[in-house]
Amino acid sequence: MTGIRKVFPGVVALDGVDFRLFPGEIHALMGENGAGKSTLIKVLTGVYEIDGGDIKLAGEPVRISGPLQAQQVGVSTVYQEVNLCTNLSVAENIFIGREPRRFGRIQWGVMRRRAAELLGRLDLNLDVSAPLSTYSLAIQQMVAIARAVDVSARVLILDEPTSSLDSSEVEQLFAVMRRLKADGVAILFVSHFLDQIYEVSDRLTVLRNGQLIGEYRTAELPQVQLVEKMIGKELAALEDLEDKAQRTREKAAEAKPVIEARGLGRTGAIAPYDLTIHEGEVVGLAGLLGSGRTELARLLFGADKADEGELRVAGKPVNLRSPQLAMKRGIAFSSENRRTEGIIGDLSVRENIILALQASRGWTRPIPRKRQDEIVEKYIKALQIRPADPERPVRNLSGGNQQKVLLARWLITEPKLLIIDEPTRGIDVGAKAEIQKLVAELSDGGMAVLFVSAELEEVLRLSHKIEVLRDRRLVEELENTSDVDADRIMRTIASGATS
Amino acid sequence: MTTIDVTPETGKKPESPANPRRRVYRPNTKYIPILATLALLVIMYTSGVVNYENFGQPSVLVNLFRDNAVLLVVAVGMTFVILTGGIDLSVGAVISMTTTLTATLLQGGWPPLVVLVLVLLLGSLLGAGQGAVIHYFKVEPFIATLAGLFLARGIALFINQSSIPIRDETWKAISEYRIEIADGVVTKPIAIVALAAVLIAAAVLAWTRFGRNVYAIGGNADSALLMGLPVGRTRIAVYTLSGFCAALGGVLFSINSTSGWALQGNGLELDAIAACVIGGVLLTGGSGYVFGTLLGVMVTGLIQTIIIFQGDLNSAWTRIIVGVLLFAFIVMQRLVTRKVKQ
Repeated sequence: MTGIRKVFPGVVALDGVDFRLFPGEIHALMGENGAGKSTLIKVLTGVYEIDGGDIKLAGEPVRISGPLQAQQVGVSTVYQEVNLCTNLSVAENIFIGREPRRFGRIQWGVMRRRAAELLGRLDLNLDVSAPLSTYSLAIQQMVAIARAVDVSARVLILDEPTSSLDSSEVEQLFAVMRRLKADGVAILFVSHFLDQIYEVSDRLTVLRNGQLIGEYRTAELPQVQLVEKMIGKELAALEDLEDKAQRTREKAAEAKPVIEARGLGRTGAIAPYDLTIHEGEVVGLAGLLGSGRTELARLLFGADKADEGELRVAGKPVNLRSPQLAMKRGIAFSSENRRTEGIIGDLSVRENIILALQASRGWTRPIPRKRQDEIVEKYIKALQIRPADPERPVRNLSGGNQQKVLLARWLITEPKLLIIDEPTRGIDVGAKAEIQKLVAELSDGGMAVLFVSAELEEVLRLSHKIEVLRDRRLVEELENTSDVDADRIMRTIASGATS
Repeated sequence: MTTIDVTPETGKKPESPANPRRRVYRPNTKYIPILATLALLVIMYTSGVVNYENFGQPSVLVNLFRDNAVLLVVAVGMTFVILTGGIDLSVGAVISMTTTLTATLLQGGWPPLVVLVLVLLLGSLLGAGQGAVIHYFKVEPFIATLAGLFLARGIALFINQSSIPIRDETWKAISEYRIEIADGVVTKPIAIVALAAVLIAAAVLAWTRFGRNVYAIGGNADSALLMGLPVGRTRIAVYTLSGFCAALGGVLFSINSTSGWALQGNGLELDAIAACVIGGVLLTGGSGYVFGTLLGVMVTGLIQTIIIFQGDLNSAWTRIIVGVLLFAFIVMQRLVTRKVKQ
């Protein structure tokens, strides 16, 4: 196998990209969202047809016309979302389409035994006749890999396989990858976690905007340089923010409170808590997944009804029975589930942005089209939404840009308090920095922000005040001074209130 | 650039190290609907035996197959379609098309075997056409088969609007033929055909690649495609099969009534869908068994039998009870699938 090489002249998604993959290596494919990683993978697996260039497998030119044919020539893929049928048994998922048969009749016993053997080699001991849906996502991922390995052992493509695994499972996966590598399998590995790339890969190829930036030996390229190559600009933007948060803190303490919660709680969701957010203040919510971050925020927005405590908005007691009432009082909530609760994929960028403003005006008073265009254009420019085409369906935008559209939607309602839940999850480094910068600017402009994120670094960087949650309880409030760092918060999360 | 990786602790159950040798029996969630139907059937049957004289005779059960042979055959085809997550509304109309065509051709003196092959082929062809439209043009099965419904019904009405008697000797002979299973228990050939259809279909679903592909497509069609399964071919085959079953149902109908009529089989597609649902076949696809469908047909048949034994009840009660059962079973499916997702 001499390597795969492909050229795509004149195509937007991939512009003349060369790519080589050798047997017995783990090759990382790097790039921001929308850089063309997924397109490249889909081309390799035959989901997309190539418009130019050629693919060679073991020196022989091949034309990959579909997933089945890709498997036949020896290219198997495990996708980010587990692409298996959860209604079928574990054994079937590994062997479907290739079931051992005798006179056309599937030999279930043979199939189960071989599945157990195969999983055993990956140190997995499962009940192979149980439906896949009874297992966790991590196990499902492993089953997908077992299938891919068994289908063809020449080229294995792993598209974000680690995003749903915990650290011990990642180790297990890496052990499997190293074993396959020793067997001479060529592995293409995509991950957003830089540490993982450095731990497991031998070489890496960087893409940006559909173009090849370069191919490097992983050991010879420092992380900082890699990130710079991926986003194509210096990291200075991120550094700036640190000072900004420090600078505005004093000012924030004197500002008027926008929202005050006293003993607000909801049984089964979040224990009663006190929380005050001032004008121009960024309050960060830190805590593990499931610690009650989202639940806390939803009470402030009226998305869930509090069953005790009181809430004051701008000094006046209010009863937020519904999100509509909260919106009327200048509270905006950008949901963590971008796809299911926020963005409406089939509507255009313009329609998505206008949605909340239109809702707050009432549907009987449509916003004139001309004014819509003005607003949308302004925010596309301000938030650097790419592509800057207001009529494009949001579905076709990358994750980071969808998030910006969602932010724009709430920003045009000019809220006094903006609640953003996990705005940077699943988006790339560059877009992350832009969104963080935006939050900082909004708070400078006097808006109060409640910032919910699983990434402590991000919370630390942006927040004036950090609320730490643990087991559905607000356990500590920390002023974000220079002696507060990730370790300090982690200790609180781990041990409960320290003060 | 170190990222603190806050790993969620919740939402993950510790995997029990399952020992493949020792398997404790617990009703798998996928069997719950079919077990519920079975329980319902047993309760209905025993209450019938207790309340009515002669209900306990074997002929009551055997006659269920005879009286519901057409529905059973059609529902078997429908099961395949629903398992892929689709639906076939055309089957009732295909029956009427088949009966009128059969009767007309036999009246015209065509050889019976040629007529049989021809109508079965025509039904399959219509099904294949629908499947192709659904797959290649990404048309909703509901719409595509609705078009098929109008087409087939229209053809039937075009051929002849009134009832056509069949005087063909072969047809009559089959119609009058009786098979003695045991002492005094007789049944008709059509019941045997229906039972054979159930057994063959069950074997195909459990033991062939085609059968497993049907389940895979119903579970997740995108995944099935990415796993390299022949999604298009399977989908078209499933509708072809349903068309074939409907045509076979039509042939059985024409044998049973020795006539053909364009309004025959009106609304039978809905009965077939109801039987599948009561039998625990998930309407969203991917879960269910042909034996469940068999039980579903038995349930509706048994309701009718009970009403006949009761004597003073309006036959409209059949539909009312089927309606209530449908509601109950759909809600149950919902609850079961929700439990699985958690």
